[in-house]
Amino acid sequence: MLRLNRFSYVAPGDLDGALALMEKHGQDAMLMAGGTDLLVNIKQRLATPALVVGIRELPELQGYSLDRGWLTLGASTRLCDIEHDPRIRMMYPALSDAAGLISAPQVRTVATLGGNICLDTRCNYYNQSQEWRRAIGFCMKKDSPICRVAPGGDRCWAVASADTVPVLISLRAETTVVGPSGIRRVPVESLYQDDGLVPLTLRFGEIVSSVHIPPPDTWTTEYAKFRLRQSFDFPLVGIAASVRRDPDGNIADARVVMTAVASYPERASGAESVLRGKPLSEESITTAGHAVFRQAKPMDNTAGSIFHRKRMARVLVERSLRHIAGLPERDARTA
Amino acid sequence: MSSEKGTPLQSETSTFHAPSEPLAAHSSERTTQNFSVIGKRNLKYDWHAKLTGAAKYTDDLRLPRMIYGRLLRSPHPHARILRIDVSRARAMSGVFAVLTGKDLPIRYGILPSSQDETAMALEKVRYVGEAVAAVAAVDEWTAEEACNAIEVVYEPLQPVMSIDEALDPDSEKIHDWTKHANIQKNVLLEFGDLDEGFAEADRVFEDEYFFEGNTHVPMENHAALANWEPTGKVTVWSSTQTPHYLHRELARVLDLPPSRIRVIAPPVGGGFGGKSEAFSHELVAPVLSRLSGRPVLISLSREEVFYCHRGRHPVRMWIRTGVKSDGTITALDFKSTLDGGAYGSYGIATTYYTGALNTLPYRVPRYRFEGRRVFTNKPPCGPKRGHGTVQPRFAIEAHLDRIAGELGHDPAEMRKGMLVSPFSWTVNHLRVTSCGLPEAIDAVLERSGWREKHGHLPQGKGIGLACSVYLSGAGLPIYWNPMPHSGAQIKIDRGGGVTVYCGTSDIGQDSDSMLAYVVAEELGVDIGDIHLVTGDTSLAPVDLGSYSSRVTFMAGNAARQAASKLRAQLFQVAAARLDVPEARLGAAGGMIYDLEDTERQIPFAQAAQLAEAEFGTLGETGSYTPPKLAGPYKGSGVGPSPAYSFTCAVAEVDVDLETGILSIQKIWVAHDLGRALNPVVCEGQIEGGVYMGWAEAVIEEQVFRKGLHKQPSLLEYKIPTSLDMPDVDTTIIESIDPEGPFGAKEVGQGPLAPVIPAIANAVYDATGIRIDSTPIMADKVLRAIEMRRKQHAAAV
Amino acid sequence: MKELFRLNVNGEDTDVAFEPYKTLLEVLREDLDLTGTKHGCELGECGACTVLLDGRPVMSCLYLAVEAQNKRIETVEGLADRGVPSALQTAFARTGGAQCGYCTPGVLMSATALLRENTHPSRDEIKEALAGNLCRCTGYIKIFDAVELAAVEITGPES
Repeated sequence: MLRLNRFSYVAPGDLDGALALMEKHGQDAMLMAGGTDLLVNIKQRLATPALVVGIRELPELQGYSLDRGWLTLGASTRLCDIEHDPRIRMMYPALSDAAGLISAPQVRTVATLGGNICLDTRCNYYNQSQEWRRAIGFCMKKDSPICRVAPGGDRCWAVASADTVPVLISLRAETTVVGPSGIRRVPVESLYQDDGLVPLTLRFGEIVSSVHIPPPDTWTTEYAKFRLRQSFDFPLVGIAASVRRDPDGNIADARVVMTAVASYPERASGAESVLRGKPLSEESITTAGHAVFRQAKPMDNTAGSIFHRKRMARVLVERSLRHIAGLPERDARTA
Repeated sequence: MSSEKGTPLQSETSTFHAPSEPLAAHSSERTTQNFSVIGKRNLKYDWHAKLTGAAKYTDDLRLPRMIYGRLLRSPHPHARILRIDVSRARAMSGVFAVLTGKDLPIRYGILPSSQDETAMALEKVRYVGEAVAAVAAVDEWTAEEACNAIEVVYEPLQPVMSIDEALDPDSEKIHDWTKHANIQKNVLLEFGDLDEGFAEADRVFEDEYFFEGNTHVPMENHAALANWEPTGKVTVWSSTQTPHYLHRELARVLDLPPSRIRVIAPPVGGGFGGKSEAFSHELVAPVLSRLSGRPVLISLSREEVFYCHRGRHPVRMWIRTGVKSDGTITALDFKSTLDGGAYGSYGIATTYYTGALNTLPYRVPRYRFEGRRVFTNKPPCGPKRGHGTVQPRFAIEAHLDRIAGELGHDPAEMRKGMLVSPFSWTVNHLRVTSCGLPEAIDAVLERSGWREKHGHLPQGKGIGLACSVYLSGAGLPIYWNPMPHSGAQIKIDRGGGVTVYCGTSDIGQDSDSMLAYVVAEELGVDIGDIHLVTGDTSLAPVDLGSYSSRVTFMAGNAARQAASKLRAQLFQVAAARLDVPEARLGAAGGMIYDLEDTERQIPFAQAAQLAEAEFGTLGETGSYTPPKLAGPYKGSGVGPSPAYSFTCAVAEVDVDLETGILSIQKIWVAHDLGRALNPVVCEGQIEGGVYMGWAEAVIEEQVFRKGLHKQPSLLEYKIPTSLDMPDVDTTIIESIDPEGPFGAKEVGQGPLAPVIPAIANAVYDATGIRIDSTPIMADKVLRAIEMRRKQHAAAV
Repeated sequence: MKELFRLNVNGEDTDVAFEPYKTLLEVLREDLDLTGTKHGCELGECGACTVLLDGRPVMSCLYLAVEAQNKRIETVEGLADRGVPSALQTAFARTGGAQCGYCTPGVLMSATALLRENTHPSRDEIKEALAGNLCRCTGYIKIFDAVELAAVEITGPES
């Protein structure tokens, strides 16, 4: 049986208690919400905390509230609730879809929204047992200066793999972050940086306590995920596409976000600018698909091939936009 | 390295004329009789244990004072071991024992002709994951720390990671005895005059195929618990398909009289061929137990199971076929090269199996087979469901599909015109008995709507068909001996309870249920009155193991023989008591009765008491030895079976031409299994086989990168989920084999093989593209589509 | 060091000592001798260890036992009522939904949770509910059949 390393466990009664523990124990301590990512990493000795601080039950991380059209969800909201809660599904169906496409049902009952936001980047040279990593000489993200994906380079190429995050970014969601130096409000998009090693911009000891999603208004959003199996698998490419159309049907604004093709959730800026000001038509959609194809630069560190993932990025964005536009599915037989 | 002297035999050639005498068809007894148990949708013998959590698998067992073992494994694909220092580990608190290869230096291997493994590596390591040292500690945390404290100094050698590298004469030798590069074995068999056959042909077709390696992935990881008693007896509980072979290997490696060793196979959480030989942890645990004076459990991690492997060999194949214009084969020339991984395992048998069944189920008057197996620095390959026959079946059935297309024939009709006859011999001396393949083909054609669909579906949609054949048990044992392949012992107690002792290992194929059904039918008792003692080398007679789909045929016959002897004793006393001739008696529902006046009856338990009074303690044995079927040529030991199962499968697919993604609409399968002893169990085996074949066809692959297994986890080695599983339509064909127990043949393995080429052929029907390698992943399909598009564009 | 905790397992309060770094899977199997709950990967990748926590299926290999205090824990051993198998267990027996039986406890727990929430699940809903339980023997078909049969047994055919 794969074992956790020997650690102590504390579940503080409130957020201040959690912050104090993190301050006291520093890098020896790790925060754990649902634990479905962290416990795997501990079993693979990617992390060996001396203290695990359980924050799942913190009162400040719970809750669902609507205020002037903004939906606020506590960071401890379970993925299964985001998937099934009719109130959330009605307003943000793409977010519910994305949550429902994560891992397996028995993980979604435990895993939290905050946990998915803070999901560690992934790489098939990194998410392996200690023995496996030792055999290959470890990697930059853990215990070696060398990245096994691009050994000549000076950076880590681990992949941002969260499903809810691209949707949250496309929805223009924000977070409340609580830390030793106080509370700040941070757009979800700003939580990330293009660094597989340190993918989050959060400072040590900071906790994402809640997520705020602006009213959907006239935005329409879709999330599409490519993976090899219909369950368990992380995305090999995921596309969140949000479009706001003006009254004459042209695209007033578009937000297209890619996951699993870079170390951070990447805005498909080329596609967005192609779409803005145009009708959502066969032509604009094809052009946007092409822009995504050119921009998406997956590395060979997940399942699937680069060849296929790049093409899937294009197909997913095209199909999502066609669905939003109400265009019939392209007859694949003539493709 | 086939000869006993340890010098490799590089090739063997045999040329024969086809044996011509047909076999007489003889009718099975009781074919029309009403059964009380056989053929009914009965509950399984172990249903309650498996549905309540009561079933104790190896890793569920707890012995007082039990401690935990762990193996340190090689981080190098190929390296010399210069030094191992275990002193730090040995000195750790909580560590009871530490072992290295030198402590267990006796070589072993499942085949007598390839004794090339040691329990832990000696001078060299040959794949990442090979065991190097072992520890026993008070808990698994300490065992892990102790392994980390062992210092091994390696001198890395150039790894050999592919068939091409292995064939390169300049490649580093993995085993120093190989004569040519890293070729373990060449075999050549020739039957009839190929030149004549090709001269006779109207057309000659030639193709190449590649079958990627994949692995079993039973849900239960391997585990072994060993208890070495101070008396010198040792008991090993292990998740094994072959307790008898493990027993033999333990005696050899531990250098202990077999009479002191007891192997018990508790319920096994799936095998599929992956638990069919001895593994390091099974050999090491007893020694750790002896040294520590404590029972030792070694429970492997999922990653370690990927290193145990012994799964499907990657095979490169070349095929050349001469055919008449109607498709009839005049000559078949087949070559295979197997990527064997680092050790022999079952590999020589696998190599022969890539050639042995290619003369079925179609008439092949002249046949030549050339096979070779190479060593590479990867976990050893071995038998996976359909052992060695699945890869050539993919090649042959895809090849035939192309031939049918080019000759302008319907692939199903062409096949039907070429089938071997029941009760006949093949050119390579395989004896065919019952064969329900024509009925199987008709069933799937009818149920799938083949005639309306094939060639008529719109672009992107397609349907494909393939047939296959498999053994009902290997005709020869792994090690030569004249003893039965299966034995059973039955005792009847005074209360009418019937206890069956048989060495079979139930790996989920429901061999326990099979024994219960066969004996309950024969004695006319309720299944609830049957008690089983199985998978125990001390308590039960030998059964060779759950491999080659042999258990129903062989253990079923052995148990039936023992039961029929007891039945005769019971009928003798019952006849006297009822004053009815023995021939007029029947037994069912716990009664022995007059067939002509069913009111005249005597309870089974009463008959048992009368019989015990008459004959003494009621116990009988039964044995099964297959008929001697091996042809007069070297290599003829692989292929013969007392009976063959036959399968036909049709797959309907949708190919998304933008993404290359296949979605399987449905798979229709019909399988000739002789007789369904319990249709529920048989359907389950067929559906499971279809599932596994489909998974091998489209998604599963065991691949390596930089010398390491790329994906040794259930997250990255993609076994399908409930959401991926296509619909399956199953038809059972009963041909009632004259020699099978109640007419039964195999069902556990055969249905896998045709699914893979059926899908490949359906992809062709859908797209006009032939994918000649497995798995047919979306990526591969899309590349082919794009290439064709570019070619079309260039042509315009 | 072990500490003493109270867990509610299959309706019974049990005091059990374990280390805080032990998973619920480990405590059930090793400290409570409830070995019906299986393990195939210990990384949340197979579902063999599925148990119910307050009625919801969770992977017990990815759940700290210490966090299961004050929750209702249900395992396969608790499905039968005084030795009488549940309708779901009986349905599995009748359809042959268990072959090697190793994934079975986890499958039973996921399906039990489904049937409590949805008395007449469609085939697709069953597939969704079992999408976190890998089975290597059955091709899932007889498992789907069993859950459908159980639904009918529990509430009668859908009108």
